[in-house]
Parts: sequence; C-alpha cells; structure tokens
Amino acid sequence: MNINATLLAQLIMFALFVWFCMKFVWTPIIGALDARKKQIADGLADAERAKQDLELAAKRSAEILREAKEKAGEIVASGEKRASEIVEEAKTQAKVEGERIITGAKAEIDQEVFRAKEQLRTQVSAIALAGAGKILGREIDAKAHNDLLDKLVAEI
Amino acid sequence: MSSEMAHETGEVTHEAAHTSAEYIHHHLQNLTWGQLADGTWGVAHSAEEARAMGFWALNLDTFIMSLLLGAIIMFVFRSVAKSAVSGTPGGLQNFCEWAVEFVDSSVRGSFSSKNAMVAPLALTVFFWVFSMNLMDLIPIDWVPLLMKWLGVPFFKVVPSTDPNATFGMAIGVFLLVLFYSVKMKGFGGFMGELTLQPFGKWGMPVNLLLEGVNLIAKPISLALRLFGNMYAGEMIFILIALMGGAWAGFSVGGLTLFGSQILLSLGWAIFHILIVTLQAFIFMTLTVVYLDMAHQEHH
Repeated sequence: MNINATLLAQLIMFALFVWFCMKFVWTPIIGALDARKKQIADGLADAERAKQDLELAAKRSAEILREAKEKAGEIVASGEKRASEIVEEAKTQAKVEGERIITGAKAEIDQEVFRAKEQLRTQVSAIALAGAGKILGREIDAKAHNDLLDKLVAEI
Repeated sequence: MSSEMAHETGEVTHEAAHTSAEYIHHHLQNLTWGQLADGTWGVAHSAEEARAMGFWALNLDTFIMSLLLGAIIMFVFRSVAKSAVSGTPGGLQNFCEWAVEFVDSSVRGSFSSKNAMVAPLALTVFFWVFSMNLMDLIPIDWVPLLMKWLGVPFFKVVPSTDPNATFGMAIGVFLLVLFYSVKMKGFGGFMGELTLQPFGKWGMPVNLLLEGVNLIAKPISLALRLFGNMYAGEMIFILIALMGGAWAGFSVGGLTLFGSQILLSLGWAIFHILIVTLQAFIFMTLTVVYLDMAHQEHH
C-alpha cells in the first residue's frame, strides 16, 4: 500500500482513456443520438404537417362539393327557366301562327266568296239576259246592250 | 468459496503462528515491481521488499488490471461508436446509448458551463471506476490462488483498493480543476479567489488558509473516499473469508462458521453491488461538480 510510481502511471492512463473516450467514443455516439433525435423530431413534424394537409384537403373538398352543388342547383334553375321560356316562346309563336293561318283562311274565304259572287253575278246576268230575251222575244244584241248589262251586273 | 485458499494458507502457515494476520497481509499486498535491495529490478516477494523499493516502483497488479479494464470498456464503447447508427439500435448499442445519455444528463444537471471534455471525462470516470470496483465481487481468493499457481506472489485484483489508482485519478481531476480555474478566471482571478474571500483583503492569510484547505481537500477527499470504501469493503470480504479458514473438521462450530461465511459473503456481496455503483457515481458527480466550480466566477 505504498505510494509509488503507479500513481503517475495511473494518472497518464487516466488522461489517455479520457482523451480516447472524448475523441473516439463520445462524439460518434452522441452524434448518432442527436441524429436520431432529429429524425424523430422531423418525423413528428412531418406527421403534424400531413395532418394539417389532410385537414386542409378535407376542408377544400367540402368546399368544392358545396360549390358543385350550388352550381348544379344554378344549372337546374336556369334550365327550368329556359324551358319555361321556350314553352312561352312556343306558345306565342303558336298563337301568331294560328292567327296567321286564321287570317289566311279568312282571306281565302273572302276571295272564295267574292269569286262565288262574281260567278253568281255573271250567271245572274246571263240568266237575266236569257230571261229578258225570252220576255222580249228576240235576241238582244249583247254588244248593243253591253253598257246596260254592265249596269245591271253592277246593281246585282 | 475461499475456504480452499484459506485452507492452503492454513496449511502453509501451520508452522508459522500468525495464520489470520498473514492471510490478511497477503491479500492486502500489491504485486510491486521495482529495484530490489541487491540492485536488480524485479518483483518484491514481501511487504518489506516492496516498501524498500521507494517511489520508483510499479504496482503491476493495479497497473495491469486498470489498464485491462479501461481497455475493455473503451473497446466496447469504441466498437459501438464505430457502427453507431441513428436508426434502430442493437442490444449493445442500446446499452452504450443508455450509458451515454445517463452520463450526459448527469453532466447537464450539475455542469453549467460549456466544455466538450467534461462529459466524456465523466463517462470514463464512471465506467472505469465502476469496473475497477466491480472486481471486488470476484471471490477474493480466486485470483491470488490462480496467481500462486502461476508463481506470482501477490495479486490484488481490485485496483481501486490501491491508493495509487484513486490518487492518480483524483490528481488528474485536480490538475484539470487548476487548469480550468486559471483558464476561466485568469491567474489573477484564481489567486484572488484564493486570497480575497471570505474575509476581504485584510484577512488574506486566513483566507488563503481556508481556501487552500478547501482546494486541497477536493482531490484528497475524492481519492480517499473511493479508496476507503473499497478498501474497507475488501477487508470485510477477507474477514468473512477467514471464518471458513477456521475450518477444523466436521464439528458443530466448523459447520456453523462455514455456513456463516457463505451467507455473509453473499449478503456483503449483494450490499457491495450498491457500494460499487454508488462510489463510481459519486466519483463521477464530484468530478463534474469540481470542474463546474472551476468554471464559475465567484463573487
């Protein structure tokens, strides 16, 4: 149990071990630990960010859905409006067309009536001539009495 | 466990009277290498020879054991450090990481300045002291008996029961304390700390005495605490082993002694696990605390 040079040997050995530990043991291990800590922190941050992204995406998709619904509603509404417009238009067109047809028909009828009247008139004048001829017993010169006849026709 | 050796010692010393005393002395003697009385260099074969070698002698057992233990620890840690990955760690890496984190958190707890050397120093101190202390749990007669077969006269297997080892480390710590005291506060600042408090500049001699004792007490208490605890622990193992050494045939007394030895060494060994760890931890913590004090400005 004497104090001897072992003391110095131990002192030097101690210094060497501390130096070795500092240089070749501590730095790599603490480096690995720090790297892992960073990895874990990054992972957690990523997870947090992904969660936020997910929330954002969910919100966004809901918004898009809502917009789509709105748009669809609008489209349906405008479609209905357009349909009623078309129906209205068709109705007015039909009315106009009907009136036109009616007017045309009326005009035709008037013409027919006029034509019939004309025919009737000519026939009446012929009959009247024939009747008058018979009454007078002689042939009436159509040319001589043309103006008389025309007057008669105009009267009828 | 130690009865064989004690038995042998008993047989050897049948002729000589002081059986127990010689057994104890044998166990407390370091294997010292130095200059013998006749001028040649060699291993001392008795305590007197070892003492006569003076300062320039080497306790081979302390030296070899501490070197071996330190090397094993550094090898284990280095092998882990070389392949340290930040991914999932394996078994040994797990252990080393736990050790590093444990030391790191202790250092963070009690060391407030910044110094890259303190944490590795604390790691080295803790595991080196722990492993040296742990040798105390090897049954005390195994290694001396083995060495006797190999022709080696003495072999103390616990380096921390040699004051050379504990003082070697404590002085190393002390030198660091001095170095950082001067580095952080300047030579004048350090001198001022030693002489100008607590009683101001008119109480300079008293201050120097108080602060000087305070300073010198650090390495001495550090070394003697570890040495004292381990030495006393080993002494008790030796005393317990002597009970079985008193074995003198199948009598009630002999069997009782034999049984008591087994029970007591078991009990003391279990208790000693605590001391081994605690002393290593205390040595580490005090080292860190002393260095922290060296880094801090006093007011």
